[in-house]
Amino acid sequence: MFTIIKFLFLKTTRLALLIAAVAVLSFVLVSNSPIDPVDAYAGAAILNISPEQRDIIAQRWGVDKPPIERFLTWAGQLVQGDFGVSAIFNEPVLDVISKRFITSFWLMALAWSFSGALGFGLGLTAGAWEGSLIDRGIRIYAYTMASTPTFWVGIVLLMVFSVFLSWTPTCCAWPIGMSADQATIWQRLHHLLLPVITLSLIGIAKITLHTREKTIEAMHSDYAIFARAQGESTIGIVLRQAVRNVALPAVTLQFASLGELFGGAVLAEQVFAYPGLGRATVEAGIGGDVPLLLGIVLISTVFVFTGNSVADFIYQLVDPRMRKVAGSSS
Amino acid sequence: MLDVHDLSISFSSYTLGLKKKEVCAIRSLDLRIAPGEIMAVVGQSGAGKSLLAHALLGILPPNAKVSGSLFFKSRPLTAERLTDLRGSQIALIPQSVTYLNPLLRVGTQVARAARLSGVSRDETPPVVRRAFARYLLDKEVADWFPFQLSGGMARRVLTATATVGKADLLLADEPTNGLDSAAAGEALGHLRELADTGKAVLLITHDIKAALQVADKVTVFCAGNSVEVAAAEDFNGHGRLRHPYTKALWNALPANGFRMAMPPVITSSQNDGCLFRLYCHKQDSLCGKRLPGLRNTNGGWVRCHHA
Repeated sequence: MFTIIKFLFLKTTRLALLIAAVAVLSFVLVSNSPIDPVDAYAGAAILNISPEQRDIIAQRWGVDKPPIERFLTWAGQLVQGDFGVSAIFNEPVLDVISKRFITSFWLMALAWSFSGALGFGLGLTAGAWEGSLIDRGIRIYAYTMASTPTFWVGIVLLMVFSVFLSWTPTCCAWPIGMSADQATIWQRLHHLLLPVITLSLIGIAKITLHTREKTIEAMHSDYAIFARAQGESTIGIVLRQAVRNVALPAVTLQFASLGELFGGAVLAEQVFAYPGLGRATVEAGIGGDVPLLLGIVLISTVFVFTGNSVADFIYQLVDPRMRKVAGSSS
Repeated sequence: MLDVHDLSISFSSYTLGLKKKEVCAIRSLDLRIAPGEIMAVVGQSGAGKSLLAHALLGILPPNAKVSGSLFFKSRPLTAERLTDLRGSQIALIPQSVTYLNPLLRVGTQVARAARLSGVSRDETPPVVRRAFARYLLDKEVADWFPFQLSGGMARRVLTATATVGKADLLLADEPTNGLDSAAAGEALGHLRELADTGKAVLLITHDIKAALQVADKVTVFCAGNSVEVAAAEDFNGHGRLRHPYTKALWNALPANGFRMAMPPVITSSQNDGCLFRLYCHKQDSLCGKRLPGLRNTNGGWVRCHHA
């Protein structure tokens, strides 16, 4: 019990420090961005705005103040839980993020589960029968996919299945002209299909390669040799001996991959015009929406950090060696 | 029980380009063990001792090539027969705790070994309990993980794992490695007990002194080759040893002068002649021409033209 409290305390402290560092760094980056928020906000209408009007907007947003003062105001409100108002959506930043996050959540959750489960299975198979035909096939797939950009896979899938075959929609998270509440679950799944496949195809590759390495290591380990000497078959060694030892690092990798998943989602959502958090990030960046962009950065920091912490926690829970160190060692 | 004649093991590997290279690890090895007997196989590290154990279990890597004749209980030991026999008739007692799965409870692993050796599902729990009791392991040790075992305890668990079935031939790979003399003595005592119940034990070790405490006979290994088979009593310092390599090995022991007699024999890839000839003061032209066969000399066997 005490260990868990200590674990949580340490993690919370670390998270607070991390958020502070990320906040400062991303603020510095954003304030040095060549995009002028007012110009980006007005867009083409900038021609119709007089310099005086422009100054009024800048003054109201506080863009004219020195960066340090702006940062302190922003950080002060942040501490009170106020992320500010998004300029392009005209809504509080947290509302935008939570709406977009739910849309993205299903995409990421599905892609994450598929790539984890399939990647682990493929990696285990390839590693157990190292050098066989099936291993070669899986390896070719994994190496190809690991070196293919996400957006390219997305575009190819879009061309084949949406444009030529017309099996899947070309954009959005639900049919055009409907709102999110009107769409049925099937319509939403139909729209999710290609983005999920895109992210999974790529995600599987890395998990597969990692699992394969670990499986080969386990199959050549002393305990695998001993199991074979006892008359265990290859399948028996894989299922009874190797799986546990391979699953442990795989779980860690799976949770630690949340960051990459998020990065992949930005690209996939862009290609499929899927209105999730990733797309909101791009829009905020291009539109000079500083509060929204910084909000997303901070929220995704928490997201990735939580993933890594869960990995740590599971590791301690599952590995007997870690478990016993804290408790009574006999 | 086991009769190995002219066993050779070589590994093929591809070097730069597609040139195939064969490395001979064990050459012309002869070995014989009777039931109730402990045969010690001694030799320097790298002499191919562990490979011998792996070959007898048929668990060498796929690029290994094995030739020669093997007989187990008077019947040829083919690859197919080995698949049936390993675990049930021939069991390995591995050298260290790393041969246990770090993430599985000790009891689970012993039980699995019992199942694989042919014990039925219902009989497994009592069989495992008896194996634990025989090696003075407390009941709760079954719930432990390998990293919680002490060195001596790990040794007993490994012995229990190998003997939980009814294997008649036990291959003990370096059973005294990393143990203090008390624990080593205990481990060797267990092997003696097993031999006294009629099992044949192959004791693979680099430690002649430890081996002589319990072994009946000793086969001396030099560069993947058996150079001498002697009774344990021959190692008494009265000049009964036959092969120059055995003598050198014996004299290298701290109690017998600690004389570092020869540089380590590293390779056995040269094809003809006695493998030890470069370090032997008796060598002549004959030694370079062909590998001597094992000859019977005063109660033992020696592979030397001049002994």
